[in-house]
Amino acid sequence: MFYREAGDFSSTYAQDQQTFPIKFDRWRYYAVLFIAIVIVPFVVNDYWVNSIFMPFLIYAIAAIGLNILVGYCGQVSLGTGGFMAVGAYACYKLMTAFPDVSMFVHVLLAGVITAGVGVLFGLPSLRIKGFYLAVATLAAQFFLVWLFNRFPWFYNYSASGQINAPERDTFGIIIVGPNTEAWAAYMFCLIFTIASAIVARNMTRGATGRKWMAIRDMDIAAEIIGVNPLKAKLTAFAVSSFFIGISGALFFAIYLGAVEVGEVFGIQKSFLVLFMIIIGGLGSIFGSFAGAAFLVILPVLLKIVGVDWLGWPTDIVAHLLFVIVGALIVIFLIAEPHGIAQLWRVAKEKLRLWPFPH
Amino acid sequence: MKYRLGTYAVAAMMAASPVMADLVFPSLSYRTGPYAAGGIPFADGYADYFTLLNERDGGIGGVEARVLECETGYNTEKGVECYESTKGEGALVYQPLSTGITYQLIPKATADDIPIHSMGYGRTSAANGDVFSHVFNYPGNYWHGASGVINYLLEAHNGDLNGKKIALVYHNSAYGKEPIRTLEELAKKHGFELSLLPVDHPGQEQKSQWLQIRREKPDNVVMWGWGVMNQVAIQEAANIRYPMDQFIGVWWSGAQHDVLPAGDAANGYKAITFHAVGSDYPLFDDIKTHVVDKGKAAGAGDQIGTVLYNRGIYAAMLAAEAAKDAQAATGNAEITAGDMRDAMENLNITEERMAGLGMPGFGPSFQVSCENHGGPGLVGVAQWDAGAKTWSLISELSAPDMDVIQPLIAEDSAAFAAENNIEGNCS
Repeated sequence: MFYREAGDFSSTYAQDQQTFPIKFDRWRYYAVLFIAIVIVPFVVNDYWVNSIFMPFLIYAIAAIGLNILVGYCGQVSLGTGGFMAVGAYACYKLMTAFPDVSMFVHVLLAGVITAGVGVLFGLPSLRIKGFYLAVATLAAQFFLVWLFNRFPWFYNYSASGQINAPERDTFGIIIVGPNTEAWAAYMFCLIFTIASAIVARNMTRGATGRKWMAIRDMDIAAEIIGVNPLKAKLTAFAVSSFFIGISGALFFAIYLGAVEVGEVFGIQKSFLVLFMIIIGGLGSIFGSFAGAAFLVILPVLLKIVGVDWLGWPTDIVAHLLFVIVGALIVIFLIAEPHGIAQLWRVAKEKLRLWPFPH
Repeated sequence: MKYRLGTYAVAAMMAASPVMADLVFPSLSYRTGPYAAGGIPFADGYADYFTLLNERDGGIGGVEARVLECETGYNTEKGVECYESTKGEGALVYQPLSTGITYQLIPKATADDIPIHSMGYGRTSAANGDVFSHVFNYPGNYWHGASGVINYLLEAHNGDLNGKKIALVYHNSAYGKEPIRTLEELAKKHGFELSLLPVDHPGQEQKSQWLQIRREKPDNVVMWGWGVMNQVAIQEAANIRYPMDQFIGVWWSGAQHDVLPAGDAANGYKAITFHAVGSDYPLFDDIKTHVVDKGKAAGAGDQIGTVLYNRGIYAAMLAAEAAKDAQAATGNAEITAGDMRDAMENLNITEERMAGLGMPGFGPSFQVSCENHGGPGLVGVAQWDAGAKTWSLISELSAPDMDVIQPLIAEDSAAFAAENNIEGNCS
């Protein structure tokens, strides 16, 4: 009834090519943006920002990055944690070396540096595929963590081997450090998340994304129709690592403030982001958001219900979380390999016909 | 410059929440994951002591103590989540039992005016209260521990470590790296050779480290381990037949569950400690009557009297004493985190006070001051008897080498102060 193409005419090419061709979708999108930008900053407190919004926004960027590589280009990667660490350490080195430069610049540069590292580790993808590539990226994960632990230059020779984000501001507003207002940290992450999503969405709709998908679906066929696999695969690694680097920089500087590479950016982080895109939906920007939201909110929700309401012991609830996440991954892989995004697509298809399905 | 955009919203929420009629002691515990073996007894001890106060004395100064438990899994992200979700409940003091989480919370808690007590862990230079106004690590810290180990080894080698080889097997994290700086200084001073063997999280894989020890045959092995890493290291040491009495762990590597899996092979293993061992104290009778017999023991109730359980009791005891002092100082039964901080800074623990609490001689007597948040740092050595399955003190609590430690604390805290533009709190 509400959700339909009928009556929505496009008179220009730009209108015809927009991301949300259906009016209802478009208004929903504007409504979400409006709530996120104008309403949420005024009502959030420390708890909501630090426990839910910030991890959600940052993981969403990481999931978008990994989705470009795995979901769109079909190159399996287990190196997400390592690439996030590159972003975090790059951001730290830049922050401490150039204290007067805006944080926006530092975070973007951290993304660029990570993109370079990503391309380097993407080179083997030209020769190896599938599981073997997964193992090669796994090596990147362990190598990068080892690197940041081994050479004190990366952590400015601090005694503990940790990196700590010093206080920094942008346009006079503190956004890094303990004195940050909740809304400032939220807005800073939100700007990056929205920008990442828009860039990623348009890249995947355009020629670049089509080349990636061609490589994913059948690389030999893609090569025959004129897709350069070298360029396609390496751009996928570069763009993916760029986003993952940004998320790593935000994760360190804005969210945690102090990071120990082995613990925060270990192999479990790679798997967590991979689970996000598996549950959310491979090859979908919406899926990246859905998966990130799901895996960030689920533990918090379970804790509130289990510990605060039902009064269960904390360890039972923690173990229950493992069981539920594990079961969900198995169920999604069997019942809905395309994740929450596919459920959303099906729901939209149904909505078009509602209330008169034929 | 600060923009207070959400101030009204936050103020409205705070006004809406009910007034808390209890003293909240959050326990950022970990009962799951590779570090649970150490996390469970500590959390049990911490909870049981407050249960005892509620049952026996009706709380602290007539106000009930409430322990808010939050599972961190020794993970910093979850630690932050726990901190944020509990601080709004009126948390008085945080004891995260994790060096990583402590590092995370130092700036946050300082900004929120809530004290942290990292007893025997955390950032060592926090002992300088002039810089770290809200962080306390009395009665001992890692650098005291490192110096205590070397003092003990000096004694064992008849006062001369020149040319000796000492290997440090450490958890490759902020926690394990903490003593390195002090040990390097001490190596220069005493002329021994220090070799560093990092073990990565979680610590189950140590074959190559122990192969290296087997090849180099160091005179002593010192361990800075935690969780599953401890049991594995002791088992590996037994496998290469490294003499156990030359193997000495930090106070986080010296509990029953660390040595029991290796059985008789662990006999003679040593660990330093900053408090006495054993459960031969009057307090444990009270715990039995008021907590265990009423079925209110935390967890499975099977940890009572173990090393880390007792440490949890001790941590809770020092927190409760500070809360009592704060009540006395303010004349208010319901204290704030700020009052708690002031009381911790003036905490005076004497022999009589420990005896009055039912733990005579368990910990050292000390006086905290604004400049010194670190306490005296007395270090003793305990040894494991695999036959009797008990730890016993073989070297009494004695003072560390402050000539080496004090300049290091001053240097590290000055660096932190410069990074964060902190001017002294004490002058």
